[in-house]
Parts: sequence; structure tokens; C-alpha cells
Amino acid sequence: MSTVINIQPVTRIEGHSRVAIHLDQDGNVADAKFHVTALRGFEKFTEGRLVEDMPRIVARICGICPWNHHLASAKATDKVFGVNIPPTAEKLRRLAQHLAWIPDKLLHFYFLAAPDLLMGLNSDPNIRNIVGIAIQNPDLAKRVVHMRHQGAHLLEKWLGKVIHPMAAVPGGFSKPLLEDQRVEFLGETREQLEFAKFTIKFAKENVFPKYMDEIKTLGVIKTGFIGTVRADGTHEIYDGKIRLMKPDGAYDDFSYDEYTDYLGEHVEPWSYAKMPYAKKWGAFSMDLDNPVGIYRSNALSRINVCDRMPGQDAQMELEEFRTNFGRPAQYTLLYHWARLIELVSNCEEAIKLLEDPEITGKEIRTPVKVRGGRGVGCVEAPRGTLIHDYTGDDNGLITNVNLIVGTTHNQAPINMSVKQAAKMLIQNGKYDQGTLNHIEAAVRAYDP
Amino acid sequence: MPASVSSEWLNACSGCEISILNIGDALLDLIPSKLTLVHIPALVDSKYFGPLGDGSHVALPEATVGFLSGAIRNQEHKEVAEEMRRKAKILIALGTCATNGGIPAQANMWPNQEVFEKIYRKSVTTDPVETPKDVVPPYTDRVMAVDEVVKVDIYMPGCPPHPDLIADAILALLDGKTEWKLDERSVCDTCPVVREKKAAGGADIKRTLQSVTYNPEEPVSKMRCIMEQGFLCMGTVTKAGCAGKTGIPRCIQAYMPCEGCFGPIRKTANPLIDMVSALSSIGQNINSLQDRRAVLNRFCGAHGKLRPLPAPPKR
Repeated sequence: MSTVINIQPVTRIEGHSRVAIHLDQDGNVADAKFHVTALRGFEKFTEGRLVEDMPRIVARICGICPWNHHLASAKATDKVFGVNIPPTAEKLRRLAQHLAWIPDKLLHFYFLAAPDLLMGLNSDPNIRNIVGIAIQNPDLAKRVVHMRHQGAHLLEKWLGKVIHPMAAVPGGFSKPLLEDQRVEFLGETREQLEFAKFTIKFAKENVFPKYMDEIKTLGVIKTGFIGTVRADGTHEIYDGKIRLMKPDGAYDDFSYDEYTDYLGEHVEPWSYAKMPYAKKWGAFSMDLDNPVGIYRSNALSRINVCDRMPGQDAQMELEEFRTNFGRPAQYTLLYHWARLIELVSNCEEAIKLLEDPEITGKEIRTPVKVRGGRGVGCVEAPRGTLIHDYTGDDNGLITNVNLIVGTTHNQAPINMSVKQAAKMLIQNGKYDQGTLNHIEAAVRAYDP
Repeated sequence: MPASVSSEWLNACSGCEISILNIGDALLDLIPSKLTLVHIPALVDSKYFGPLGDGSHVALPEATVGFLSGAIRNQEHKEVAEEMRRKAKILIALGTCATNGGIPAQANMWPNQEVFEKIYRKSVTTDPVETPKDVVPPYTDRVMAVDEVVKVDIYMPGCPPHPDLIADAILALLDGKTEWKLDERSVCDTCPVVREKKAAGGADIKRTLQSVTYNPEEPVSKMRCIMEQGFLCMGTVTKAGCAGKTGIPRCIQAYMPCEGCFGPIRKTANPLIDMVSALSSIGQNINSLQDRRAVLNRFCGAHGKLRPLPAPPKR
């Protein structure tokens, strides 16, 4: 008799979902699906809104990565109104984004992923969490809680709110950075870089070597990759070209306005979330042996598509990573490693901006005149490329919004990884809570 | 004996949960010695259907304190809210989505069918399909605040609530109190700007397409009130508390007007009526405010405040 195992909620991720595993009468996996059970409808309820209100509204798409939606939206509104922002405003937006990424990465590694990696995938669920880590290693936990909060608090000291910000506006930025803040933040960001380097060293010495079997097998699928790069192919999170790479490493670079030529969205009747795919590669298929059109986003993807990292320490990390795993690397659990390379990179880039004397400039806003238009604004969020496509009428009211954002790019890959992991791990009806946690770990790699 | 805490997120974004983490170092003074986290999907592996996924209905553990963030948008949210109410002694509605509907309650301006029509049939990158309905929970007929479905003991608005307020409420509960609430004051009551009780310019409200007038080298207390500068600032009709127990309202700190993220000052307040009176008292014309209904109800579209408008009569 067949059964369905319902893992819900999928825990230690951001989002609402259920993994449903269908066993046949022999206890083998006939099918496994990742059902996203949430739909808020931002693309609809933003219709009719003032264009300049969009950056504050769409921050609420996500409470972990609001800065990224806020910035993609501000960029889209710049384009709708046809304004160029002053150079200092761009530096301030970039600085805010890097400062927002740092605590996000620490959150993922220590609070969401580390319970599996440090306590063990099969450990007792009652201790397989940040509290269990705190009991086992109080000094590490204290440092982690402090550093994550310090990073978040920087943005709050500067701009009032770190969660659901408002400082990125059409035409630029609402508040400059003062010199005494610049000095203070530089000191704290240098501490963050030291902690980032400690974290990746800790992971490479104490964590990843223990999981090489899992890394080589768990949730492993073969896909393409998407990310943002500078004109010279360097890793980039604020502005550049979108690079869409095939599994064999060949790629196309395109500008934001061209995204509809490359990306389509497939829908399954059992998940509210859509499944973007690469239209030019053929008709969508999640078949594990012969996937078509499937690509991934988020850290591993960005590491794969970029030619190099912009900073010295991050570049050294990337070279070591590529020596071990090649390009593009497909092993799903390598997201955890890639995420830490990006953690180091974000600290380095924030420091560069804080060392730039122009960052305290006071020319930060170009005034805006209302006009009708369409604008596509994109940035990278930790979970993936954010595409905010807005059309406004002559009165400056939104008439159309299309969003392809972050984790949406990974919906098809997550489904495939879940199915692969379930089929591999559950045979003849044998499984326990640890087995199910292994399958969830395949999801967690992608998020956030 | 530590108090048990259970937490769920409904039509939510996770911002309230990150705000809890932003309590910072003090968290480790509370957890695990004073608080045990028995269910919180972001951090702990507690499952609705048991650790083997074989349960038949949503089951949550018992807890002294239950947090619910997010509003109610679908049947599963309703089920989880009802189960949380059964299992928690004290229920806290965490964040403005839970207390008032929040930004996703802007969807209440349309019938559900129109939301699905746009998402699944009128998207430039999506080939039209039927609305998903296998396994995924159906929508409720509108977005609701938590108290439209279950009784709430403590209201903690904010988008997100300030971590100091969350910590304050937790400490009060650990101290044996069973009530906690924010004062019924407006954001203006906590805002130090210069007021002359009249608009600086003409009667029309300016859009935030230009910056407010500010001097970054001077404290905010020397800046002219943003509403008097002619911009729409929701401070007069919004509950105080966004900067914690003390502090300048957070958006004002960044030279941006208040957008109303703590919701109305009291449950029965009507932001539209209150704002008309505030604007006219300084000589400003509400009719110059575009997208008025959505702006004034940005965070409080539950409780029937936002509904689809009847179609205009055909001529």
C-alpha cells in the first residue's frame, strides 16, 4: 500500500513549504515534490501604486533580504522616470547592499545550516538547532550572535531601519554617510572580515571534510546557472550583466531589458511558486536524467558564472574552490562553501567603499519629474537574481509589475534535488527522522 | 523552569523573526535558561505531522507563550492560527501583518480571482495556466488580521516591531505579568522636529520625488517637520514605538516620511478621517494626495478597511 510522507514545515529555511514523498507499495520513492504553500500576490496588489512608493512596499517581499528588493526596485523606478543617480548615491546603495549581505550570510551558515553540519544530520531534532550549538559551544555561539547583530545594527545606526528600509529612492539615496560614521563602520567592517575569514577557515578545516560523501551525492543534479557579472566577468551584486550559463559552461550575457527573451516561467498545479527556466534551451523538463531548461541561482551559481572575485581574499578562496571542484561545480551542498566565499567578498567590498573618500559626498539625489515609462531593475539577493519590471503611466502610477525574484529561480532545481535525495535515501520503506532531515538538507543548501 | 515559546509565521515575510534575533547578545541570557523554543520553523525542527511525517493534521506543541506573525491569507494559516491558540496560554500577535493585515492586505482591494488572474494568466513571462490547487491551501476570502480568527492576548505591531519592545514584552511575561501593550500615542509624540503648526509651502502635497530639506550635520531636532514641509507623513495617525522605548522615529532618522508601519493609534481609529483633519489643520489639501485609499491603509487593510470597490455603473 502506498504512503505519503509529509515533511512540514520545511524548517531552518525562509519560506513556507511542504516536502511530500510518495512511496510505492515496496516502500520505494515513486515521487517527491516541494510544495510552496504561500502566495501573497505582490505583482497584483502593487498595481495602481505611486511609482516612488514601490521601493518601500516591495522590501516586504522578504524580511531577511529586504535591502535587495528595495534596491532592485529603486533601480527600476530610476529607469521608469529616466533619471541617472549621482555617483555618491550609487556608492551608498552599494555599501548598504554589502552591509546587508554580511549578517544574512552569517545567519544562514550558523543559525540555519550549522545545526546539520555541527550537530549532525541524524542528530536529535531537539538539539539540532542554534540552541543546541549554544549549549555545546557557548563561546562560539556568543561570538556568532554578537557578530551577526553587529552587522545588522550598522545599517540601523546609519539609516534608521535595517529591516524594511526606505533610504533608496528614485533619483538616489535619502541620507548621506557622515565622516565619523564612516570611520566607525570601517572599524566594525574590518572586524566582520576577520570573522568571515575565521568562518570559512573553520568550515574548511572542521566541517566540509567530514561531509565529502554527502557533498558528492546529496541532492546532486545537473543544471545551468544564473548570476550577475561586471562587463569583465567579475562577480558583482549591484549592477552588471546577467549571465546565464549552460551545464557545459557555455553562457550568454544579457542586459536587464532583455530578460524576457531568455527567461520563461513554468507553473505546476501543486505549488504556488513559479518555476523559471531558460527558454532558449528547449521545453521545460525536470526529468532527473535529462533535465531541460533548468538553471540555478544563489551563491554556488554566482561563483560558477563569474570569472573571478573582485577582492584578493575572496579570489584566493575561489581559486582553491575551483581547484577542488572545477567550473561549473554541480554538487548541491557546495552552496554552503560558495556562500562563505561570498561572505568574505562582501566584507572586502564594503571596506573598499568605506575607504573611498567620495562615500561621504553630499550630492546624493537627482530630483525626479513624473513621466510614463517602463523600467527593469535588477540586483543579486543572496538567494538569486532579483528582476523587478515596472511600468508606470503618465501620472506616475504603476500599471504593470512583473517579478522574478531570488528563490523562485531555484524552484525547479529544489524539486529535482528533493526527488534525487529521496530516491537515493529511502529504499524498501526504511527511513527515520534523520533520513527525512537529509532530504530537507538538500533544500536548505539553496536557502537563503 | 524555563517558559516554553512557540512561534509560527503565516502570510509573513520573516522580518519579525529577524527582529527577534536583533535583540542581540541579550538573547543568550534568555535562551535556554529562561526560554525554551519548542516550535519555530526558522530555527527548530518541530513538524506539524510529527518527525516521521505521518500525522494526519496540523499539531503544535503546548507552550506558555505563542507568537503569530503574518496575517491570514489561506486556509492553512487559519488552521495554524487556531491550533496555536489552542496550545498557547498567552498569544501574541507579532508585527503589523498579524495585528492589522500589513502590506499584503493591500490585496484586499481586489477579489481573489483578479489576483490569480494577474499572477497566472497575465504575466509577461508566464504562459497562461489554471491557478494551482493541488495540495496548496486555498485562499480565504480576504486577508485577515489574526484577531479576526482567534482571540489575541497581546498586540505587538510594527513592520517590524523593534527588538527592544519584543524583549520588553518577553521579560514582562517572565515576570508573571499577563498583559502588555504599547501606549496609545502617535509617532509625532515621539518626533523631535521643529513645528510651526502650518505648512511651509502651498496647499498641495508633494510627492517624495525630491528629498525633504535637511542638514545632515545637525540633529533631527533642528529639521522642519516633514509634513509641514509639504510631504505626506503618516506620523499623526500612526502608533508610536518604532524606535523602541525611546528614540527618534526610524524613517525620520533617514529623512524620509513615516509610512505608518505601526498601524493606527488605536483599534477603532480611522486613518482617513484623522489624516484629513491633520492636513487641514496646517492648511493642506487632502484631495491632492494620489492613491489615497492605498496609502492611508497601507498597513491596516484587514478588519474590513480595504475591500474591492464596486464596479462603476455602466453608462
